[in-house]
Amino acid sequence: AGKSKVDDDVLDNLEEVLVTSDVGVKTTLKVITRIEERVARDKYVGTDELNKILREEIAGLLSETNVGNATDFEIPSGTKPHVIMVVGVNGVGKTTTIGKLAYQFKKQGLKVVLGAGDTFRAAAIDQLQVWADRVDVPIVKQSMGSDPASVAFDALESGVTRGADVIIIDTAGRLHNKVNLMNELTKVKRVMQKVIGDAPHDVLLVLDGSTGQNAFEQAKQFTAATEVTSLAVTKLDGTAKGGVVIGISDQFQIPVKYIGVGEGIEDLQVFNKIEFVDSFFK
Amino acid sequence: MFDNLSDKLDKALHVLKGHGSITEVNVAETLKEVRRALIDADVNFKTAKDFTNRVKEKALGQNVLTSLQPGQLMVKLVKDELTELMGGDATGIDLSGSPSVILMSGLQGSGKTTFSGKLANYLKTKKTKKPLLVACDVYRPAAIDQLHVVGDAIKVEVYSDRDEKNPVKIAQDGIAFAKANGHNVVIIDTAGRLAVDEAMMTEIKEVHKAIQPQETLFVVDSMTGQDAVNTAKAFNDILNFDGVILTKLDGDTRGGAAISIKSVVDKPIKFIGTGEKMEAIDVFYPSRMADRILGM
Ligand SMILES: Nc1nc2c(ncn2[C@@H]2O[C@H](COP(=O)(O)OP(=O)(O)OP(=O)(O)O)[C@@H](O)[C@H]2O)c(=O)[nH]1
Ligand SMILES: Nc1nc2c(ncn2[C@@H]2O[C@H](COP(=O)(O)OP(=O)(O)OP(=O)(O)O)[C@@H](O)[C@H]2O)c(=O)[nH]1
Ligand SMILES: [K+]
Ligand SMILES: [Mg+2]
Ligand SMILES: [Mg+2]
Repeated sequence: AGKSKVDDDVLDNLEEVLVTSDVGVKTTLKVITRIEERVARDKYVGTDELNKILREEIAGLLSETNVGNATDFEIPSGTKPHVIMVVGVNGVGKTTTIGKLAYQFKKQGLKVVLGAGDTFRAAAIDQLQVWADRVDVPIVKQSMGSDPASVAFDALESGVTRGADVIIIDTAGRLHNKVNLMNELTKVKRVMQKVIGDAPHDVLLVLDGSTGQNAFEQAKQFTAATEVTSLAVTKLDGTAKGGVVIGISDQFQIPVKYIGVGEGIEDLQVFNKIEFVDSFFK
Repeated sequence: MFDNLSDKLDKALHVLKGHGSITEVNVAETLKEVRRALIDADVNFKTAKDFTNRVKEKALGQNVLTSLQPGQLMVKLVKDELTELMGGDATGIDLSGSPSVILMSGLQGSGKTTFSGKLANYLKTKKTKKPLLVACDVYRPAAIDQLHVVGDAIKVEVYSDRDEKNPVKIAQDGIAFAKANGHNVVIIDTAGRLAVDEAMMTEIKEVHKAIQPQETLFVVDSMTGQDAVNTAKAFNDILNFDGVILTKLDGDTRGGAAISIKSVVDKPIKFIGTGEKMEAIDVFYPSRMADRILGM
């Protein structure tokens, strides 16, 4: 049963699904235009077929940057230690994601070192310490208020000395419109390169899945300051869909690597674009 | 993007005027621009639709189209409507209890702990109160430490019990402690929780029932998108909260969630958070928020 042709109602409904998933007007219209073009040849497309086309079109926006069918937490060979710097605005889930990631890497038998680069937020170091204890990995830290670049430097040196496979550096949450704080991030990155020339190998921008269109500006400004190389979307265990990353991934050509689906140590998954798009229609 | 909403509307309306016939359809077309602008500002899809429908009625009633500058008039109409929608009596905080108990609630990372500190500091310095902060987040790593650091920074006492895992008990003990120690305001910080997490929603419901707070506040990140309505509604269904706190407005988000929340729960937005520092708290001004959402 269902509609036998793509009429305005169907498209309106589709627009509603996408917009209420935080895909945004611009990307939504882009998707709808693509679908209109694709069904223009054959006016009578069944609902099932339409759904398939739709998923393909949306996934297509993600696909250029999300190649492969990664299901595991992999780090590329050839970088040892592999340095991951984690950035993002306040409260999105950076520190938690680091704890979960460390757990995944450790589980594979990799040697992990954490760097407590948030020296600003109340008890941020204690929070990362709790995660380090849970996962049972070493943490490099200094006192509150110390220079985050110096912490990162220490963490990389210590990681090299210990023969670490992965070093993950936490940073304080900061809003992307604060120029000084963004410059600080650029500095943290630069100082890391004094220890390991091509570090960080991955700059992971964490986005809160419940964030709306402002995530675009976050991606833009963090990319400008640190050349973001991958995205993590958190808090997708709630009702928010996180659709804004589709447009971000498309526009900035940055792959979504991980999704956060809870507060527990196992609640991190490798991003799967088909499942992600399917969740909009649930 | 919106900075030229007024221009866009002028243009759209001008074209239509040129064609002679000014009809309801023309207004609808124009309001589509407004609706898209609102959605881009993170106003909920349905809220934006209802809102523009209401504006449409008014626009037709006020003969916007026959005026000299229809775009500007339309923007004013939209702005006034938005302001009114987000307004309502800004009753402030109920401090009549002895002690007055304030319960914080909201999603993970929305800014509850930080705002608890800001509010305590505000009540202490501006209202000469003697607040107590109570640490009821027994889950987040170092949540208790965080509240202690905040309390130390503003020189406000913090009640915590690291051996007690039941937030209801901690809240009750905290209030008893306040009574015994002459605190006239008690601010209860709670763990972040998702509206779909039944166990956690039941937990905060039980805290609420046990302590009967004068004020229950829902803390929401101003960057929140379409989901704001679901969350606000779910928390309101459980807690019937008294007011909303909008955090992180020192960013560049449009903050359309403010409208969505207001229209779905009809509770006043009481304060805003404008930074990470303890002084970064302000009362809410509907007209400023309307400007912000419209990019003016
Ligand atoms: N439900 C849910 N909660 C999450 C997820 N990821 C993180 N959180 C929670 O979100 C809150 C904030 O997480 P943090 O890891 O402290 O975020 P952050 O980005 O490090 O925060 P700042 O350092 O203050 O900027 C905590 O309560 C976490 O438990 C997730 O995937 N799902
Ligand atoms: N820029 C800015 N940051 C804020 C504001 N309010 C809170 N934050 C930051 O947002 C992050 C999360 O704040 P918290 O107070 O820990 O949030 P929470 O709701 O208690 O988090 P959970 O307990 O994990 O649910 C921290 O980095 C805060 O410093 C604000 O108004 N502006
Ligand atoms: K949030
Ligand atoms: Mg953190
Ligand atoms: Mg908290």
